[in-house]
Amino acid sequence: MRRTLGMLSGTAILALGLAAGLMGPAAAQTPPNVLIVGQIAEPQSLDPHTVTAANDFRIVVNIYDGLVRYADGTLEVEPALATDWEISEDGLTYTFTLREGVNFHDGTPFNAEAVKFNFDRMLDENHPFYGTGPFPLSFNFESVENVEVVDDLTVRFTLSEPFAPFLSNLAYPTGLIVSPAAVEANGEDYGRNPAGTGAYRFAQWQSNTSVVLEANPEYWDGAPALEALVFRPITDANTRVAEMLSGGIDVMVEVPPDNIATFADDPNFTVHEATGPHVWYVMLNAKEGPFADPRVRQAANYAVNKEGLVNDILQGTAEISDSPVPPAFGWAYNDELEPYPYDPERARELLAEAGAEGASLTFYVTEGGSGMLDPVNMGTAIQADLEAVGFDVSIETYEFNTFLGLVNAGLEGQADMAQMAWMTNDPDTLPFLTLRTDAWPEAGGFNSGYYSNPEVDTLIEEARVETDPEARAALYREMQTLVFEDAPWIFVANWRQNAVTTANVEGFSLQPSFLLMLQDVAKP
Amino acid sequence: MAGYIGKRLLAAIPVLFGLSIIVFLIMALIPGDPATAILGSFATPENVARINRDLGLDRPLHEQYLVWVGNLMQGDLGRSFRLNRPVLDEVLERFGATLILASVSLVLCSIFGLLAGIVSAVRQFGWADRLITLFVLIGISIPSFWLGLLMILIFAVQWRVLPASGMYAVYGGGDFWDLLRHLILPATTLAVVATGVIARLTRAAMLEVLRQDYVRTARAKGLSERKVIYKHAFKSALVSVVPVIGIQAGFVLGGAVYIETVFQWPGIGAMLVNAISTRDILLVQGGVLVVAASYVLFNLLADVVQALLDPRLKS
Repeated sequence: MRRTLGMLSGTAILALGLAAGLMGPAAAQTPPNVLIVGQIAEPQSLDPHTVTAANDFRIVVNIYDGLVRYADGTLEVEPALATDWEISEDGLTYTFTLREGVNFHDGTPFNAEAVKFNFDRMLDENHPFYGTGPFPLSFNFESVENVEVVDDLTVRFTLSEPFAPFLSNLAYPTGLIVSPAAVEANGEDYGRNPAGTGAYRFAQWQSNTSVVLEANPEYWDGAPALEALVFRPITDANTRVAEMLSGGIDVMVEVPPDNIATFADDPNFTVHEATGPHVWYVMLNAKEGPFADPRVRQAANYAVNKEGLVNDILQGTAEISDSPVPPAFGWAYNDELEPYPYDPERARELLAEAGAEGASLTFYVTEGGSGMLDPVNMGTAIQADLEAVGFDVSIETYEFNTFLGLVNAGLEGQADMAQMAWMTNDPDTLPFLTLRTDAWPEAGGFNSGYYSNPEVDTLIEEARVETDPEARAALYREMQTLVFEDAPWIFVANWRQNAVTTANVEGFSLQPSFLLMLQDVAKP
Repeated sequence: MAGYIGKRLLAAIPVLFGLSIIVFLIMALIPGDPATAILGSFATPENVARINRDLGLDRPLHEQYLVWVGNLMQGDLGRSFRLNRPVLDEVLERFGATLILASVSLVLCSIFGLLAGIVSAVRQFGWADRLITLFVLIGISIPSFWLGLLMILIFAVQWRVLPASGMYAVYGGGDFWDLLRHLILPATTLAVVATGVIARLTRAAMLEVLRQDYVRTARAKGLSERKVIYKHAFKSALVSVVPVIGIQAGFVLGGAVYIETVFQWPGIGAMLVNAISTRDILLVQGGVLVVAASYVLFNLLADVVQALLDPRLKS
């Protein structure tokens, strides 16, 4: 026994000595020409047609190209794998001329057959590789009736009805082109063995540790300067910040508002910000209860101090919103609108007019979730502002998936208001899915507050099939004015996405599309 | 002994099955479903129905469960729809990482816990005892996720002598020493609470034993104090401490959930948390099954060791 105790002490001393010996300054600094990106979660898959999260989009946009892409710094499309395209008069056929001499990372050629394979796999339930799905966002292309190979480098899409967002959807990750040969070879494991045409090709995926991409020296748009990209999932925001401060990663996305100042004040780091197509709002139950009266909905908009929310809670990482179309869609946004001012007096007057003083409200709040920013604190602040003008608000908080299940079913009989946030790639998406009468939950949409204005319905439907951008923009602007007046939501914030890079990272910028394009980044 | 172990293992099978039914039911009962989790804000009833059909989740619950059991019998735990890979691959890989973390942690807390407990008991009310008791109390009281962040802040951010998170360096690492470097912070953090618990119990057990008649007899025989403590007292005290170490093994596995999240350790705790929030039923099932089986094994192991140490329990 004495020996046992001696062994115990011996081991203890050994363990301490070993730990001390293993400590060393070698921990810091990442290798040159390798960019290590701190992500918020493990990717779900590297098959661009099966993923839905911004976190996964950040990786796949660097492996693949689409027929078109968003021009740097804008939400307007420019040629990518297609060099040119023609749209028929009636807006029903799109004929694309494809780039010549492009190969997938697995060596097979990119051509019209490959394009057809990609869309058939997503849209045709009888396609031999439909089972490699599910393809959650394939409804982005539900108007595609058929894809036809005209010749090796020409492909024609026929739509069932004119659909203005079509090109923009092609630039989004669901429109990226995968290698048919790689899908055939790997079947349902394709998502872990991806092959595209992009600037980086897949090298390795270590579960919950890293995804490694290496430079594609034959990239049609010029080989990247970096040797490799490494995406590390670091789910805990505090740990992500610590990794950034300790030099374990070169780029960090989704920096918590509280930490922005730390990085901004430190010359070793650069903070990047860009507004994007994000809208954070509180939907109001326009079907029953106090919010059935538009005056009460307007009162809620006057009562909430959005400046306080954006500056104090979100610490300047968002801007005040006033429309279902975020300002990032410059061409479609109505810049004549001014947000509802913070005016508790006006709110009380409106409530008195409507006879809704002291109305009690149930407010659904979520604990977190994609694009939801700081929902609990924001919810509490909104509650306090509403109570200050005489509402009686009780909050119910739910875990995000539970929350979505409840809210998407419609607020009727459950709640008067609920938080929501959307990130979209076209001004059509959000109004189409959340404001039309035909988008009420029972009709399969997300208008969970049952807002209904026939004029707004018409404007949205017309804009969707209008292929002339000018005319389309005018329809959206008119729609925004009506929605602003009707106040189906409390308009709250447009998020500014952010990222921090170390000072030696060059050529990094954030895109309004929220896609993380790393093709032109260098780190000597 | 072999018969006893066999019986205990057989008894574990219905426990595991019962557990799998409970987990399955809970996952089915909580609001939100995998399709909603996949689709996020795009979860229209139509899209949800399409995904459910593609995933086979539109079939009745009992049918889904029976399919799962049938596949289990053939060693197939199904496919995680969140991660697009077989559940078994993921679970084994992640459980391996947890096992490394938890076992190193368990060794650490056993060594330091026992040592601290013995010293404390032998020097009862001395300065060493007071100092150890103070540290033990702090150790038991500190929330481990907070301690983890503090350790990262000191060792990784301020001094930059250890990596902040992960299991291996993501680029150019991967050997045994790399693993050890990454283990130091999470394993130590995880060990702190258990060390405190073991130290307190060892101290109590030792004090109890030191008051026994046979210890007085040993002293009366003229044995040296060292011999009395190590040969007579410690051995009997160990009998009551070992089952506690067994239980601590369970706590260490459970505590690994927070620690894995804070240190981004690719273990099964962090995996389960993610799987639950994305409603990845099969991954939750597979993970819980493996964790539960390991609990059963750890407890069995502790009982066997205790029986070996205590002659009264041998029969």
